[in-house]
Amino acid sequence: MIWLPDGWAKAVIGGSLMAALVLLPAATEAPAESAPLPFYGEHQPGIVTPPPGFVYFVAYDLTTLKKTEVQALLKSWTVAAAQLMAGKPVGDATDNRLLPPADTGEAEGLSAAHVTITVGAGPSLFDKRFGLEARRPPALADLPAFADDQLRAEWCGGDLGVQVCADDQQVAFHAMRNLTRLARGVAVLRWTQAGFVAKTAVDPRNETPRNLQGFKDGTDNPNPNDTALMNQVVWAQSTDGPRWMVGGSYLVVRKIQIRVEAWDRDGLKDQENVIGRQKNSGAPLGGLAETDFLGTALTKKTADGQPVIPDDAHVRLARGDGSVKILRRGYSFANGLDFKTGQLDAGLLFLAFQKDPRYQFVVIQKRLAGNDALNEYIQHVGSAVFAVFPGTQVGGYLGKTLLD
Amino acid sequence: MSGICARLIVTGLVAASLGLLLASCGQQSSAPVANSPAPVSHAMSEWAAEIASYRNFVIDQVDALLKSTKDFTTEINEGDIAEAKAVYPVAREYYERIEPIAEAFGDLDPHIDARAKDVVAPDGWRGFHRIEKALWLDQNISDQAPVAAQLLADVKLLRAKVETVDITIEQMVIGATELLNEVSSSKITGEEELYSHTDFYDFVANVEGAQKIFTVLQPKIQAIDANLVQTISDRFASLLGAIGAYKQAGGYVSYNALSSDQTRKLSQAVDALAEPLSNLGKIVKGSSQ
Repeated sequence: MIWLPDGWAKAVIGGSLMAALVLLPAATEAPAESAPLPFYGEHQPGIVTPPPGFVYFVAYDLTTLKKTEVQALLKSWTVAAAQLMAGKPVGDATDNRLLPPADTGEAEGLSAAHVTITVGAGPSLFDKRFGLEARRPPALADLPAFADDQLRAEWCGGDLGVQVCADDQQVAFHAMRNLTRLARGVAVLRWTQAGFVAKTAVDPRNETPRNLQGFKDGTDNPNPNDTALMNQVVWAQSTDGPRWMVGGSYLVVRKIQIRVEAWDRDGLKDQENVIGRQKNSGAPLGGLAETDFLGTALTKKTADGQPVIPDDAHVRLARGDGSVKILRRGYSFANGLDFKTGQLDAGLLFLAFQKDPRYQFVVIQKRLAGNDALNEYIQHVGSAVFAVFPGTQVGGYLGKTLLD
Repeated sequence: MSGICARLIVTGLVAASLGLLLASCGQQSSAPVANSPAPVSHAMSEWAAEIASYRNFVIDQVDALLKSTKDFTTEINEGDIAEAKAVYPVAREYYERIEPIAEAFGDLDPHIDARAKDVVAPDGWRGFHRIEKALWLDQNISDQAPVAAQLLADVKLLRAKVETVDITIEQMVIGATELLNEVSSSKITGEEELYSHTDFYDFVANVEGAQKIFTVLQPKIQAIDANLVQTISDRFASLLGAIGAYKQAGGYVSYNALSSDQTRKLSQAVDALAEPLSNLGKIVKGSSQ
């Protein structure tokens, strides 16, 4: 059975609907529209919770050299994240009108909009500054250089990484802005990228969302509601690495530029051969429905013995033998105009969670880099990896298991 | 133009100057009005020592500004471009340290400190930056004697007016943050000194102006929030330390020598200081109006 990425939202297309419903525990179904998501828990929100329509990914560099100030920052972010996710303003109200308001105000009166705040530590946090060298998880290895990488330093790395998601861009921006404000003097913005994905409000069929190449993206994503599967794919276990990361995860961020203009003048047949799926239906080439099992489709041959899905098609290389999985939150970005080329500056903000990038993202990306037919139309320009802290309880704070 | 100017009252000139001040402050006039002096006098008694101390500083700065402007305009009149260039950035420092106060005097600020893009009619452009352009871009000051004379007259007028100024505690508190906003809005970008690239002098002077206000208020803040004092002190030190890297014999490096990376780091250090500094207002009671 193939799960839609929106196993988060609805389920499965085709004949397996009953089975899908059986597998969907009621407790993990998407909450009612108005209910805020819980902040406290074993895991941080924003990973297996349903991806809403907007994201801000933000990488910060610490400017302090004091570990106590890093702890204080993460404590203040924890308090603020709990307030923001409950739809409340950050900070304490004051009646002193000479003071700037503690909250910046643009989310006043708005619902929490399912805002989630997810915080992690980059490899550079474990350098000499804070005495954390020995606590760096082996899984938080620097990503290797991949063939075709066109990484730009200004879109790479970060001591801390924060993913803010929400149903509404203003609510998402409000959260990231207030976290950034709380960080002033301790951490500065290193790079940031906003993203979006079409949601059910504009897609009455609630299909797999499409990326900016016009293809359904994420069909093969594992089902985030399958707890056992998430324990295999996403959540660090006590047997996986340092104890402080148990219940945490690893986030790989890639900013992937799409050569929009070149793609738009590529014939439909070639577009489908590049991806390995039909553009309209999302079905594997040679198949009928999006839910057709990709593993089988990849074995199909034409009458003259050629693979129906070309050897260099994106889905073939991305899937491999199907044994290596990552949990993606697929968002697109559009930053207006590239003034150098006069072309659209748009692409994919790739966010993937896993329990060990060395054996998950890196394995998949090595298959794709230098080989994927899609590489003619995309380039990886930004990259970062973060150890996403385990969730926290009331009275605790994000990163406590690392820093206390 | 400063948002605090509406709160400024010039002793003895209240009736005459209110119209001028309000006109120069646009719509931001949640201003004290002549018939409600009570909060002002209350604040005066509680903050008399701090206000007097800061007022003396402001007057000292304007005294020094007048003297340095005389030196500068003398060089212009004598046609000595090299000497005038040397005096220019130093003369301006005294102005930049007290900018929010000077900005309160209606047209005096644009007359003294307008940049080319601030003026609608180029013919009416006067002040320091007009001469800056002649010195660095045109490299010809033969026609600048009248501009120099006008500048000196304007600074003399500022000196006369500042003598009569009543400063409020609110004005000091807001002024500290405004000085750093001045840095963020024009010095960081290198727009202040478009031709001379002496922005570092203005940058440091703005920071020193904010630091003076903080220093004057520090004992009372200490009693209310010692952590805030520590944070602000640390961040002044950190910002001034970062700027120190750009010192060279007799002054600062040319601002246009900075890489965008260096500029960004300075900008973020300014924001790091301005954020806690914007909380100085917590020392003022009865500010809920």
